Amino acid sequence: MLAPQRVWWKPLHRFEKSWLIVAFVFCIFLTVMMPLWYLLGHQNVPATTYRVEPAEFAQVTEAFAAKYKIGEVSGLPIVAPPPNSDVYLIGKRWVWYPVLQLQKGQTYRLHLSSLDLQHGFSLQPNNLNLQVVPGYDYVATITPTQAGEYSVICNEFCQIGHHLMTGRIIVTD
Amino acid sequence: MAVTALPRAIPAFQFRTCPATTLKVDVNAERLIIVNAVAAVVSLALGGLGALLLALTRWQAIHLLPPDWFYRILTAHGFDMLVAWIVFFEIAGLYFGGAILLNARLILPKLGWFSFILMAAGTVLVNVIVLLGQADVMFTAYVPLKAHPLFYLGVILFAVGALIAVGLFFATITVAKIERRYEGSVPLVTYGLIAAAIIAVYTLLSGAIAFVPAFFWSLGILPELDPGFFRNIFWSFGHPAQQINLAAMVSVWYALAALTVGAVPLNEKLSRLAFVLYILFINLGSAHHLLTDPGPSFLWKATNTSYAMYLAVLGSMIHAFSIPGAIEVAQRRKGFTRGAFEWLRKGPWREPGFSSLVISMILFGWVGGVTGVTIGTEQINLLAHNTLRIPGHFHATVVSGTTLAFMGLTYYLIPLIFRKELKLKKLASWQPYLFGVGMLLVSIGMIGSGLQGAPRRQWDITFTNAPLSATLPGATQITLAIMGIGALIAIAGGVMYLLVVLTSVFTGPRVEAKRLTLVMAQANPLVDDVIPNMNKEVHGSKLQPRGALILVFAFLAFFMAYYLFNWWLLGRAWIIR
Repeated sequence: MLAPQRVWWKPLHRFEKSWLIVAFVFCIFLTVMMPLWYLLGHQNVPATTYRVEPAEFAQVTEAFAAKYKIGEVSGLPIVAPPPNSDVYLIGKRWVWYPVLQLQKGQTYRLHLSSLDLQHGFSLQPNNLNLQVVPGYDYVATITPTQAGEYSVICNEFCQIGHHLMTGRIIVTD
Repeated sequence: MAVTALPRAIPAFQFRTCPATTLKVDVNAERLIIVNAVAAVVSLALGGLGALLLALTRWQAIHLLPPDWFYRILTAHGFDMLVAWIVFFEIAGLYFGGAILLNARLILPKLGWFSFILMAAGTVLVNVIVLLGQADVMFTAYVPLKAHPLFYLGVILFAVGALIAVGLFFATITVAKIERRYEGSVPLVTYGLIAAAIIAVYTLLSGAIAFVPAFFWSLGILPELDPGFFRNIFWSFGHPAQQINLAAMVSVWYALAALTVGAVPLNEKLSRLAFVLYILFINLGSAHHLLTDPGPSFLWKATNTSYAMYLAVLGSMIHAFSIPGAIEVAQRRKGFTRGAFEWLRKGPWREPGFSSLVISMILFGWVGGVTGVTIGTEQINLLAHNTLRIPGHFHATVVSGTTLAFMGLTYYLIPLIFRKELKLKKLASWQPYLFGVGMLLVSIGMIGSGLQGAPRRQWDITFTNAPLSATLPGATQITLAIMGIGALIAIAGGVMYLLVVLTSVFTGPRVEAKRLTLVMAQANPLVDDVIPNMNKEVHGSKLQPRGALILVFAFLAFFMAYYLFNWWLLGRAWIIR
């Protein structure tokens, strides 16, 4: 709080120097980890995005659901698309539509968009989370690694039904 | 006849001389500090009441509020704490650092009052409109969520008021330099506040760019507002707002270290450089809010979230050694040289400024900083986005860190600025410990819940009555209970703070401060020249800060472990690109 000495440009103490060097090396390590994982890691943030009108996305999803429907649960269609195809999931107040059935070890292009407000795609367990924004078709290329029943919950506030907004992804062997 | 230049008259200003520090205290600056500090504490109380109701609701076993009121009060709590409490306190700090610490006069005080009125009006407007149920949009108000126009107007008024006060701060310092009220460079605390103020300009302008179109959109004048654009610009405002808090908090740390143990910076050059790193790079980090958004590429996300090769993080790491190091050297000068940690063991732990400083630093660094850099890593964010890990992180930084530091400083403002004797000193001594422990449990509870997938901003993690059932691990009930219990402890700590502050300010006569320390009996190290060996060289002597060095390396080891743990967690998830 006091006025500093007239000349405060002094050399560093050796402890400060050592710490500074170590901290800087750590910062470089943090920086490098991201591109390293981008190239070598299996879990990366999707980047493919298209602009889309909500009505258009709804149409495409309905057509997709009708084409690959294999059943129903709680009034929602269960849709089992073939591997390596485009899969569509709508977030809307207050459900993730439709229910998906995927195969373990197979790859799918999952298209995410919203018909109304922003929603949060949260795959549980797994804990993979993506932002879903109306007007944007966000494409995630996914490969389920374990069979089982997964829930999709919403983790972006979307008004009063937010805590009722769920979905489901079934992964078969 | 030769004409010699007449000495230019320096404008006089109304001041009093502080008996404890010999500083000239401009009376207008003092009044404005008081009024902004009062508004800050009122906002804290409001936000704190909200915190109590919210914690007792997210503690699923209690589930106090119904859903609509939960979401409503969550919106108000966000604004009252992140915007009102923090910024009112910082504006008070600007008057302190810009005028009083420089023995200078505050220019255009009427403008200061105008700015205060705008900020107060904005705060009232936002709270009223939210509590009326017209703005259930969260503090982030993500388009297409639409609030009543008065919500946006309230935020805009607050931001404009704050911007005026920031401008006044710069002008005051400039005039102080011209009028030669101080010699050489400004004190480090003022330097840190200047860094905060520069970041504030960028922040508030971004806020205007985000909220002005949103205001017109809410009125129906602007037909469409792109949600992606709003998110980007909102966070150009929202995160730098937190960086202001960071720079201000670090300034307060240096101030508390000076006040309580007479610490002076180990190396002014390094500490100032650290603040410059903040100014240059810290706003890039706002991109960490958009890491799992559709649109931007890996290169954009990774570059920005790294704060330019983590250089802004380096700034924090510099302070992480410099401040404990300065405290250690000051303590060693007093004779506490036994072993690596006698300086710490024999610290003034009953002095609230000291305990709040240390606890704030530990919680900010070890919990807030480590978790923040980790979840701000592009790919790791996939695990954390919109889960309770996010509030777990920022409660450690803004509450355990900044708020606790500000609380500690308040205890000194009461005798120095309000000129009242601090009452309930025992309560003040214990308060930082209670608050710190409570907030540590809150962060642990939230982060533990988020690691298991619990979402933030959500009323019911059992998803009862949802068309498709969903369950989170049963242990989330335990971690949420830990959060709830921690919240009750922290709120008790908050109530203690309010009790001490209100009792001191409103009861008792006006008393001139005679010394700087509150609880300790000894004379104040800064002013009374009681530090022996003050000029003894630190290099190669018993005065070297080895204890602080051990502490920062331990911190780094913990940082590394937590960070690598998260990559391991990510590796266990589905393959995704």
